[in-house]
Amino acid sequence: MMRALMGALIIGLAAPALGIYLVQRRLSLIGDGIGHVALTGVGVGLLLNQSPVISAVIVAAIGAVGVELIRERGRTSGDLALALLFYGGIAGGVVLVALSDDASSNSLVQYLFGSLITTSPEDIAVIAVLGAAVIVAMVAFRPALFAVCNDEEYARVSGLPVRALNILMAVTTAVTVTIAMRTVGLLLVSALMVIPVAAAQQVTRGFRTTMAAAMAIGLVAAGVGVVVSAEADTPPGATTVILALAVFVAITVGAAGWRIVRRRAHPPHEVEPPDVVLQEVR
Amino acid sequence: MSVVNVRHAAVGYDGREILHDVSFEVGPGEVVAILGANGSGKSTLIRTILGLTPLTRGEIDLFGTPQRKFRDWARIGYVPQRLGAGSGVPATVGEVVASGRLARRGIFRMPRVADKTAVRDALTDVGLLDRINDPVTTLSGGQQQRTLIARALAGKPDLLVLDEPTAGVDAASQEAFAAALGRFQSTGGSILLVAHELGPLRPLIDRAVVVHEGRIAHVGPPPEPAGHHAEPDHDHVHPHAVQQANGICVAPTDRIPAN
Ligand SMILES: Nc1ncnc2c1ncn2[C@@H]1O[C@H](COP(=O)(O)OP(=O)(O)O)[C@@H](O)[C@H]1O
Ligand SMILES: [Mg+2]
Repeated sequence: MMRALMGALIIGLAAPALGIYLVQRRLSLIGDGIGHVALTGVGVGLLLNQSPVISAVIVAAIGAVGVELIRERGRTSGDLALALLFYGGIAGGVVLVALSDDASSNSLVQYLFGSLITTSPEDIAVIAVLGAAVIVAMVAFRPALFAVCNDEEYARVSGLPVRALNILMAVTTAVTVTIAMRTVGLLLVSALMVIPVAAAQQVTRGFRTTMAAAMAIGLVAAGVGVVVSAEADTPPGATTVILALAVFVAITVGAAGWRIVRRRAHPPHEVEPPDVVLQEVR
Repeated sequence: MSVVNVRHAAVGYDGREILHDVSFEVGPGEVVAILGANGSGKSTLIRTILGLTPLTRGEIDLFGTPQRKFRDWARIGYVPQRLGAGSGVPATVGEVVASGRLARRGIFRMPRVADKTAVRDALTDVGLLDRINDPVTTLSGGQQQRTLIARALAGKPDLLVLDEPTAGVDAASQEAFAAALGRFQSTGGSILLVAHELGPLRPLIDRAVVVHEGRIAHVGPPPEPAGHHAEPDHDHVHPHAVQQANGICVAPTDRIPAN
């Protein structure tokens, strides 16, 4: 339980820290696709009797870098290429898991939807180290990653190592997906990257504050999710995602309510000053 | 030494050549306007100079260095036509402008006092300091354009490159724009800009370069306004002859909507 809680908290912080860049790029669903690819990695690991977490990280990273190279080309066929990669990934994973010694449908479900009991101390060590690396990279490179996601051409003209930063994000996506697979599961990983960001940006005005708020929401949803799922005997991943969605709904409703109250309180002066006035002020 | 030197440049997309043979220079402290019909390749020319679109033939030097070897990107401030597409997450005006410091600061260093001061100075320069903490999406089109200029100015460049900075921009913002560019020039900066309408920028322009059918059709003083289409956002709406310069008329037939 403590182990599961620790793993969940790390992922609760790491997933939105990465997810904010994916959302900014309008690539909200990419995490889901990489999750499909990671399943093949799980299959490879089980088949070779190696740690499925390590093999999933490697296969997912190769997949994510491939996706990034397709995106960089900007081809219209990129959409189809992604579909091929993702469905190939999940089909390959299902077949490989079936071929392995550990071929129970139970083990597949563990990876797809997450599981608390099977998290071993070694798993937690891997999750902690990789998760910390993700968080540090995403926070430390925020200005550069923000610039690349906000306006890639401008970043290029600024002489930033755009390709290296994109590959960093691709590899980070793969790592986050894989470490989250034991708690949230491959099919719900993406939700934890995206929903906290969507919830936070209902009320925030800037990128930095959105990132901080999204990480806080992710942390709370993951922590409470694990506790509730243990009490209510529900799957932890789905429980966490439902909690995150509940936060999203609560913030959306709250923000709408707050706007109505504020409009009542100060009716007229909501209009922005005209440009002419701004001129004189300057 | 010229700031930008383009010699016999040819550029194309997917085998279709857009620019055939373009040569011109921007000298230190000079303000050069690139004019031409829509679809004539003005943006392509600028993007090629900045290394965003590859050159098929010819040469480009930036500050005396061949473009392929040029690394001193902090000396160039780029102002694209509009705010980037990545706006899924809110960002404040200050955060967008702070991106302009990365070329100077590098990606491994945290922002310092000098960076914050440069951001505030740049926003003051375009008259938007009071909006520093507002989300960029709450700004008008003209104010967003000014934000992009501030981002370029924040890096303290020696050359500003602007693609249609005043297209669809309200009159007040155009004036603020022209004033900021004027101050930049008076401190020794060079400017290369694409313009459809010169408007309040006209007095700043030292030289106009007219692109027509993939070649430079005219170089000289900025042409006189062509009359009735002085309103800022008439682009793509009705075909008409533009940029009449010394007898060269860019025909309405090649006004292909570009973007
Ligand atoms: N990325 C691109 N791929 C293919 N063709 C392009 C691309 N960008 C511009 N073009 C074409 O190149 C021509 C010149 O475009 P552009 O440089 O945007 O002109 P301008 O800025 O003068 O309006 C147009 O015919 C346009 O359709
Ligand atoms: Mg253009």
